[in-house]
Formats: sequence, structure tokens, C-alpha cells
Amino acid sequence: MSYRRVWRKCVNGLMLGLTGLCTVVTVSVLFFILGYLVWHGGRALNWEFITRLPKPVGESGGGMANAIVGSAKLLLVAALVGLPVGFMGGVYLAEFGGRTFSFLVRYTADLLNGVPSIVMGIFAYTVVVLPMHHFSALAGGLALGVMLVPIVLRSTEEFLRSVPQSLREGALALGAKKWRAIATVVVPAAARGIATGMLLSLARVAGETAPLLFTSFNNRFWSSGFNEPTASLPVMIYTYALSAYDDWHRQAWAAGFVLLSLVLVANIGARLILARKQSPLRG
Amino acid sequence: MGTVLVERARPGRERPPGVGERARSWVRRLQSGDEIAHLVTLVFASSIFLVTVLLVFELYANSTLPLHKFGWLFFVTRAWDPVFENFGALPFIYGTVVTSAVALLIAVPLGVGAAIFLAELAPPRISDALTFVIELLAAVPSVIFGLLGFFVLVPVLRNVVEPFLKSTLGSLPLFQGPIYGVGFLAAALVLAIMIVPFILSVSREVLLAVPVEQREAALALGATHWEATWKVVVPYARTGILGSIFLALARALGETVAVTMVIGNDPKISASLFAPGYSIAAVIANEFTEATGDLYVQALIELGLVLFIVTFMINGLARLLILATTARGSEHA
Amino acid sequence: MKKPSTSLLKLAVACAIFLLGFTSSPALSSPAPAPPADRVQIIGAGATFPYPIYSKWFDEYHKLHPDIEINYQSIGSGGGIRQLLAGTVDFGASDGPMTDEQLGQAKEKIYHFPTVLGADVPTYNIPGVDQELKFSPEALAGIFLGKITKWNDSELTRANAGVSLPGNDIVVVHRSDGSGTTYIWTDYLSKVSDEWKTRIGRNTSVNWPVGLGGKGNEGVSGLVKQTPYSIGYVELVYAIQNHMPYGRVRNSSGNSVKADLASVTAAAAGASKEMPDDFRVSITNAPGKTAYPISSFTWLLIPGKIDDARKRQTITDFLHWMMTDGQKFCEPLAYAPLPKAVVAKEMKAISRIGG
Repeated sequence: MSYRRVWRKCVNGLMLGLTGLCTVVTVSVLFFILGYLVWHGGRALNWEFITRLPKPVGESGGGMANAIVGSAKLLLVAALVGLPVGFMGGVYLAEFGGRTFSFLVRYTADLLNGVPSIVMGIFAYTVVVLPMHHFSALAGGLALGVMLVPIVLRSTEEFLRSVPQSLREGALALGAKKWRAIATVVVPAAARGIATGMLLSLARVAGETAPLLFTSFNNRFWSSGFNEPTASLPVMIYTYALSAYDDWHRQAWAAGFVLLSLVLVANIGARLILARKQSPLRG
Repeated sequence: MGTVLVERARPGRERPPGVGERARSWVRRLQSGDEIAHLVTLVFASSIFLVTVLLVFELYANSTLPLHKFGWLFFVTRAWDPVFENFGALPFIYGTVVTSAVALLIAVPLGVGAAIFLAELAPPRISDALTFVIELLAAVPSVIFGLLGFFVLVPVLRNVVEPFLKSTLGSLPLFQGPIYGVGFLAAALVLAIMIVPFILSVSREVLLAVPVEQREAALALGATHWEATWKVVVPYARTGILGSIFLALARALGETVAVTMVIGNDPKISASLFAPGYSIAAVIANEFTEATGDLYVQALIELGLVLFIVTFMINGLARLLILATTARGSEHA
Repeated sequence: MKKPSTSLLKLAVACAIFLLGFTSSPALSSPAPAPPADRVQIIGAGATFPYPIYSKWFDEYHKLHPDIEINYQSIGSGGGIRQLLAGTVDFGASDGPMTDEQLGQAKEKIYHFPTVLGADVPTYNIPGVDQELKFSPEALAGIFLGKITKWNDSELTRANAGVSLPGNDIVVVHRSDGSGTTYIWTDYLSKVSDEWKTRIGRNTSVNWPVGLGGKGNEGVSGLVKQTPYSIGYVELVYAIQNHMPYGRVRNSSGNSVKADLASVTAAAAGASKEMPDDFRVSITNAPGKTAYPISSFTWLLIPGKIDDARKRQTITDFLHWMMTDGQKFCEPLAYAPLPKAVVAKEMKAISRIGG
């Protein structure tokens, strides 16, 4: 073998090995994050954490029951605001859209997707909190809901487009009106994908902190209804982690564990459902 | 795509349907429910457009005071002085740019390297499984990264990494100065971990979309596996990879909570990576609820507007690049 | 044709019902008592300086009156003032009194009600140094101006003979948010250092020459605790609760005084005799042999006009309780209770709150 060829083979092995190293590094970071959080957070998690309210500053114990419920409330509002808009918008883009307007909507949705979450918080503050004169779960949920829209829109459109044209034509040939065809044939065919898209989007906004800082604010007590400020997991983690109280740190880890578990379960679940979808309808 | 209701052919009718004709058919469609469906979905779709317009408007309308008072100077002034009401965006722009740039420097080789491995070398099932795992990283909330950054990364940086860098590379201004643990380097590292999944998943898809003939042609000419990849496949997918980098950059620029927990929160410009700094998103998060005085608040909102515009442009560019690659790929397929 | 959507739909409906039920009945988890039907929730925000005592008060008051929930968020004095001016909270709290300009921005009058006395202490983290340090005014000003950069600077070693201070760089920690604690600290520094007064000034948020920023008293104590060779300023109770060392400060009479109940109360002695009607007064660098020089009142900011009768009654009732029974919670948390003369004056002032 010539010298040059040996060199090239060495470089080949080296570079390919490096790429493998890159993969190993990236994957191990994720496992490290998970492992550390499970270890620290799992240890701190106890029944008190899930069922009790926070204690006064400096006293140990207490829990984040109100934060867990608060996060659920925020997600509910976000879902009510964002899912229908995203879904309907997706239906429009896939089934009805004219060329230029569709392009415009898609582009603005992408734009909205790229808006930093803190800017979304400013928006919700000026549009909801200030006129209403108080912080509320509604404002926080609205900020999150607007963030949901682009994700749901994109995935709805994508999955609707993937439904074969033959299905639509078949329904129409049988005499169905267009809207009926969409509602009873096309959407159900794409339902799995659409639902997982919605689930993934909810998981994504569940972990957002920045938009909540000046919308849903925080609450030491239970918040009743949706018109009051509410505690939420991400904001509690943020507040507790930055303090100097060891007990608060412990609770921050536990909250982080809970949040991460929920998010990962949703993500893994969604992807598994999608993977299982064999599309026997492809024709 | 999309069906069109066809008018029943009338014998002898040559010219296109007139206005009255069209109106009547519209009413018919309305009655059948299709037009309602069209309208309803159209309304929802336009609401997205309207909300975005409202967002931009609100940002702009609430930045008028500093825009008038400082104008262009806002972007080049260093001061951030609420007492004397002198506000300048430069330290935050600097902090945002530096942390994102260093994050890219770390994340791009990692992400592209791993993407090459997963697209070219790994068996498909392992590749899919590992990609799945790495994409889960993208789902981890920002505050969790901040938590781990603050409690795990910062002490490691302070006790091990930064002293090491200082002793070996201390002659460079990048690695001088006191060591705090928190600072530009910590923020850049946290950002890097957060954006790697984006670079990786898009790059991998783009690499997989490269026609197999390209690869085979290179190998047939005697190239090693690496040479075929690096000199033929990657350049082919270059635009898409670039697009993914822009996407990751846009994400990094807007990252708030993870950054503010590890950057040190000091509006100073410093050449050293060890120094504490501040980013646009972080200062808004810290100071928005308490900025007293309209000029102060609006200066923060103006910062938000700046961030919005920059991420908008970068996102737009990214989408164009990715679109170009996938279109090109499908042309040649 | 198969309808996979129906099972998915059922699942979605079930989730929605579950979520709705979960969120609208907090009584689901039995250990937490269900809130009574006619409960009132009052929202306040502001200073982190008195947060430990405030959260204790609101908790105790809630135990006495289960239908009253006072939700206080410590976002910094600047935040308290701003949110009160924006009308998003029912009351604010600040350790830096509102300026005339800020009061002018309010739609109606805002009253300051002193609640407790507290102190800003210089807390530090120097590995290997367990002894208590003494700080002169010049030392503190120099450190925070960035002019004194090493722990073994002559200004520090001079005052601390017998302590071997290391040659490491001083890591300064200050507040990143708008803070009354900062106001107190910068107010003091402005009084003892002309350079500070002209260059930086006193405010809830200033242009710090050096240092890392922490959010809230919680953040500063967190950073100092985690960062070796650092120094920061926090309210006394934060240093105590987190077992962090804090130094003595030399007062205007030349004595190095440690912050505690006695020294803080001594600092307020002069002011309580001559308390202005609006209660806005500064007691930093107060005269007195045993006075701690970085002491301050902290105030609740109450709107002069509260439309909701129930809320108005609740707030005035709370103020009464706070000034009488509430004061007994101060000492265990290292806050000094209000002087009697001040309490008497405040009691009269409560009647000014109208509707």
C-alpha cells in the first residue's frame, strides 16, 4: 500500500471515530440529565410534596400541590385557546387554502413559532394583565396557547396532507359534501397524527417558564378559578432553585423531576403512537 | 388537490359564468355547508395572522419613548442606568451574540458530527433509536437545563474547567480575569446542549435525503468512506445543514430562563469568557416586573422588539435554506 | 370502515373531564383544607427584604381567619412599586420609600405603613476564614465601587488584625432586580462615600460598577453561598437562616456594630421621635453609639382608596393585627419590632384609607 493510501485510511478511521464520539457525547448528556434528575429529584419526591401547600419562607417541609394543579390549569386554558385555532387553521391550509393566503398564514405561523417566549410574555402582559388589572391563570394560559398554535397548525396540516387523495374522492363520489368528507373521513384518517401533534405541543409549553413570569405570576395558596394568579411548576422551580435554602433546592429538584417525567412520558408516548401507525390506508 | 364543484354543463354556454351566476352558486354552496366550513376555517387561519400583527404592533407602540429619546444610539450605548435614565442595548446585544456564537461553535461540530455518524455509519435501527433519544433532549424544558446548569455545570466550571483553561490558554484575553463559575462560558455551554438536537435532527434528515447515487459515485471513484461523506455528501446537503444552524441560532438567541440562571446577570462587556454578562432575554425576565418609570419599561420592550426582529430574520433565512435543499433533493431523486 | 378516532375522542374527553375536575376542586387532596366559599384573596407583591416575616404573618393570619388568603410574592421592591402603580396588585411592599415622582404617577394617593425594622448585612464566603470580619464604610464603598479588589487589601486587613485574609479576588454580588435592599445599601453608601453618591447614586436599581447579579435576597444569598471569595448584601434574616457569616460595620460613632435587634432598634430611636406624617424616613448611618448603620424601616404600600369594601376591611384589619399581635413574630426572625411611638402614629393613619 502506498503511503498516501495509508494516510487516507487513517484519516478515514479517525474522522469516522470522531463522529461516533460526537454521538456518544450527545447521547450521554441526555442520559446524564435524566439520571441526575431522577436521582436527586426522585429522592426528594414524597407524598407531602404532591399534596401540601408551600410553607412560609425558611421553614422546611411543605409541598407544591398548588403548582401541580396550577400547571394543569394553565395547560387547560392553553389547550382551549390554542388547539382549536391550530387545528382549524391546519384544516384550512390543507383543504381549502388559496396559494398566497396559505403562504402568508404558514409564514406568520413560523414567525410566531420563532418568537422568544419572553416576548410572548410581554405580549400577554400588555394585552391581558394590564387591561384586567391583575395577574391571572387566564393570561398565562393565553400566552401558552398562542405558543401552541404554530406547532399544532403545522402538524395538523402535515398529517391531513398525508391522507391519500383517493379517500377524499371516494367520499365525494359517494355524495358527501366537502365539509362532511373532511370531518368524517379525512380528519379521522389523520386523527392519530393530529392528536400526537397536539400532545407534543402541550408537552412543549408545559415546561415554559418565561411567559408565566409576568402573567400567571405565582401564588402561595390555591388559586380558585382562572382569574387569579396561580403557582406553576416551572416558576416554582425557577424561584426555589435561585434561593439559598437547601430545603427549597430539594423541592426544586423534586419539581424538576415531576415536570421532566410528564414531558418525557408525553413525548415518548406520542412518538410510539406515531411509529405504530402503519397506514393501512395508504393507497 | 382539493375538489372543485363543477357547474353542470349547459349545452351551448360558451362564455364564463357571470356575476349573478357565481353569486347564486355561492349561495348554493353556502347552503350546503361547504362555504361555512371554508369561512370558519378561514377565520381561524386569519386569526393567526392577526395575532402576529397585533404582537408586532404592541411591541412597537410600547417602545416609542426610548425610540424617540435615544434613536439609533440605543444600539451602541453601553450604559444601563435606571437612576440616571440612560439606557443602551449594547451590553445585552453583546451578551446575546457572544453566548450564541460560542454555543454554535460547540454545538455545530457536535451536531453535524453526530448527524454524519447517524446518517452514514450507524445501522438504520440504531440510528433511529439514537435519534429518538436525542430528539427527547429537545423536549426537556429550559428551566431544567437551568437547574442542572446552576447546580452541576457551574461548580464544575468554577473548580475544574475554567482554572484549567486559565492555566493553559491564559495568554488569550478570552480566558483571563477572575473565575466565578457563572458567566459567558457557562451560558454558552448550556445553550450548546440545548441546540444540538435541532442541528442534529435536521442535518441527519438532510444527509439522508442526499441521493444514494452521489455517494456511490464517489466510492466508485476510490474514495474512502469518510472522503465520500465529507467531500461529496455533506457539500450536497450544505444548504440544509446551514439552515439547521440558523434554526438553532434563532432558538439560542431567545432562550431565557436557562441563560439567566447561569450568566451572572451583569450588564458589562468583557472580552473574557469567564466574566459575567447579560442577554436580552435575561434582562427582560429579571427587570420587567419592576421597571419603574415608563422609559425604563419601554426600553425593555424595545429590547424585546429587537430580539423579535432578529429571530424573525434568522428564522426566515433558515426556512429558505432548508426549503432549498429539500427541493433540490427531490429534483434529483 | 374502522373509526380509530372514536376511541381517541373518548380518551380526549375523559382527559378533559379529569383535568376540569382536578383543577376546579383543590379539595381533592385531603390534607389541604378546602377554601371556604366566601373566601377573599388579596394579592400583594414587592420587597424580598421582609419576605420571611411577611410570609409568616400571612400564614398565621390565614390560620386565624381561614377565609382570608393574602398572596404575597417577593419580586423586589421595584416590582412592588411598579405593579401597584399599574394596578395589578392590591398592595405593594418596599424598603425604599416611593419617590415624589413615583407617587405623582399614581392615580390616587398611596400610603406608606412601616411594618418592621430590618438590616442589610455584608455577608461573605471566604474559604478558610471562620472569624467575623469588621468592615469600615470606606471598605464597603471601595469593594462595591470595584476599587478594592483583593481580600487582603490594606483597608480590610487594617480593620481585621488577627485574621489572615487571602489574596484572592473579591467576587461582588449585588441584586439583578429592582430592590429596596439595594436602596438601603446604596442609601448608606451615598451617605458615607461622596464618590458613590455622585457616580452611582441611591435607587432600587443602579448601574453597578462590578459584580454578579442575583435575583432577590434569595438569589444573592444563593450566589454568595455557592461562590467562594464572594461578598454580597442581604437582609439579616437571610444570612441567619442560611447559616452564612456576616460582618460588623463601623457606625458613625466609630464602633463596629453587629446587626441585631438591639442595634437596629437603636438606629430607629431618633427617627421614631421625629417620624414624618407620611412615614418616609431614612435611618441609615443613624447617630448613636450602639446603632447599626445599615438599618431601615420597610413599608407596606397601601392605596388610599380601595373600592372593594371587603378587601378594604380585610386590609385595614390586617394592618391592625400586624401592628399589635403580629409584632411578636418579629424577634424569632431577627426583625426588630416597630417602636411604640411609630405604632401609635400608624394606628391613626389607618383611618385615612377610604373607599
